[in-house]
Amino acid sequence: MPGRRGPAYWLLAGFFALFVLFLYGPTITILVLSFQGPKGGLTFPMNGVSLHWFGNLFEKQMVGDFAGSFKRSMVLGLGVMVVTVVASFSAGLAFRNRFRGSGVLFYLAIASLIVPSILISLGIGLLYRVLGWETAWYSSGFGAHLTWTLPFGLLIMFAVFNRFDRRYEEAARDLGATPWQTIRFVVLPILLPSLVGVGLFGFTLSYDEFARSLYTAGTFNTLPLEIYGMTTNVTTPVLYALGTVTTGVSFLAIGLAFGVFAILRRRQQRHGSDAGRAA
Amino acid sequence: MNRAKSWVTYLQVAPLALVFLLFLIVPIATIVVVSFFDYNTTQIIPAFLLQNYEELLLSPVTWRTYQQTVQFALITWALTLLIGFTVAYFVAFHVRSSTMQTVLFLLCTIPFWTSNVIRMISWIPFLGRHGLANTTLMNLGLIDQPLEFLLYSDFSVVLAYVHLYTLFMVVPIFNSMVRIDRSLLEAARDGGASAWQTLWAVIVPLCKPGIAIGSIFIVTIVMGDFVTVRLMSGGQSASVGLMMLNAMSLLQYPAAAANAVVLLLLVLFTVAAMMRLVDIRKEL
Repeated sequence: MPGRRGPAYWLLAGFFALFVLFLYGPTITILVLSFQGPKGGLTFPMNGVSLHWFGNLFEKQMVGDFAGSFKRSMVLGLGVMVVTVVASFSAGLAFRNRFRGSGVLFYLAIASLIVPSILISLGIGLLYRVLGWETAWYSSGFGAHLTWTLPFGLLIMFAVFNRFDRRYEEAARDLGATPWQTIRFVVLPILLPSLVGVGLFGFTLSYDEFARSLYTAGTFNTLPLEIYGMTTNVTTPVLYALGTVTTGVSFLAIGLAFGVFAILRRRQQRHGSDAGRAA
Repeated sequence: MNRAKSWVTYLQVAPLALVFLLFLIVPIATIVVVSFFDYNTTQIIPAFLLQNYEELLLSPVTWRTYQQTVQFALITWALTLLIGFTVAYFVAFHVRSSTMQTVLFLLCTIPFWTSNVIRMISWIPFLGRHGLANTTLMNLGLIDQPLEFLLYSDFSVVLAYVHLYTLFMVVPIFNSMVRIDRSLLEAARDGGASAWQTLWAVIVPLCKPGIAIGSIFIVTIVMGDFVTVRLMSGGQSASVGLMMLNAMSLLQYPAAAANAVVLLLLVLFTVAAMMRLVDIRKEL
C-alpha cells in the first residue's frame, strides 16, 4: 500500500530481489564458466581464465555445425520478424472494423498460442510427410514459427490500437490525405515504437524456438536444435560458451530494440508532443 | 461498411488468416486424420481404425504418464501463481515511481527473450553433484554427502518450470493490478480494512482475469512440454510430450497422433473451463 515503508515493504522487496537473483543467477554462472581455462570442467572451481572454449566453438568438427546453424537461425529470425511486424500491423488495422469471421480469427490466434508447441510441430511434420514434401527450416519451419510469433504480435497490436486516438486519422482525412497517406504519414510514425516491440518478439521468439522447430526444420538444424543435440553428447564448457554467445545475441536484440525506442521517443518529442503522447 | 472498404479489410487480415489456415488448422486436422490410420514398421496406411486409441487408453503407462504430467502442471501452477502474484504485487503497489515500476517490470521480462534451452543448461553448474549448491552445503557442514535429488529429478524439473515460466504469471497479473482504481484501495482503508483484508477482498478478486490468463499459459505449456522433462530429469521422468516423441522416433506416427488428439482435448477442456472466468479481448 502507498504510505510509510513498513516491514511489509522490505519483506516484499527482499522477495523480489531473491526472485531476480533466481532469474539471472544461473545465466551469470554459465557466463562466468564459459571463460573456464582449457583444463577446466563443467562446474566450479575455475581452472584459469581463457577464451579457449569460444575458439573451440568455431572448429567445425568439435561441436557440430555451429556457424551454419547460427546463420540459419539469424536468417529465419529476421524473416519471421519482418512477416510478424507486417502481418500483425495490417491485421491490427483490419480488426478495428467489424468484419465477418473476425471472432473466429481472433480465437484462432488464441488457439495458436495455447495449443502445445509439440502438437503444431508434429502436425506440420505429419502433413509434409503425408504430402510427400521435404520439411525445411525456411518453409515448414518458417510457418511453424509464425504460429507462435503472430498471436503475440496481434495481441500487442490490439492493445496498441485500443489506446490509439482515431481523431488523428480523422484530422488527416479532413485535410485531404488518402487512406494510404494517412497510414504512411500519421498512423505509422505514431505506432513505430510498438512495431519495434513486435519486431523484438518476432525475432527473439523465433531465434530461441525449439519445440516448433523439432519436426519442421528438416535436414539442417537451427541453433536451438543444435544446442539441444549438444547437451546429450558434449561435456565440456564449450556448451557454456555457446550459451554465452546465444544469450549475447538475444541481449543485443533487446538492447537494439530499446535503443530504437529511445531514439524514436526523442524524435517524437522534437517533432511535436502530440505524437509522443498518443503512442 | 461499404463494399470497397470491406475488400481492403479482408486483404489486411489475409496474411494472418493464411498462416493460421496452413500451419495451424490443416496440421491439426492432419493429426486427427492420421490418428485413425494403420501403420507397420515402414509406413503409415490410410484407414479408419480405433485401434490407436484403444491401445493408448488401455495401457496403464498412458494413465501414469498423464497423471505425472497433470501433477507437474498443478505443482508448477501453484508455485508460479504464488511467486508471480507476490512479485507483481510488490511492483504494482509498493514501488512508487512509474519509471522504477517499468524498470523492475522489464527486469522480470528480459529472460523471456532469451533461450529456454540455455536457461535450463545453466542450472547444471549450480545443482550438479559437484555444483555450487552441494559444495556450499558441504562446506557449511550441513550435509556430508552430495544431495542427489538436486539435478536430474522431479525436483529439478519443477524448479526449471518455475524458473522459465513464472513470467507468464507476473505479466498478466501485473497488468490487472495497474488497472485497479487506487481510490478503491483508499475506500477500503477508510472503511477500516486491514492490509490483508484489502488484499483478499479487493485486489485478488480484481486480479482474477490476470490470474486466469497466467494460469492458461502455465497449464498449457507444462502439459505440452517435453524439453524440460527430458533435460532436467535426465530421462527419469515421463511426460505426455515425451511419450509422443518416443512414438515418433519409432515411426509409429498414428500412435503419436492419437496421443496428440487426447492431449489436445485435455488442454482445450482445461482452457475452456478457465476461459469462463475471463474475457480475454477486454483485457488488452
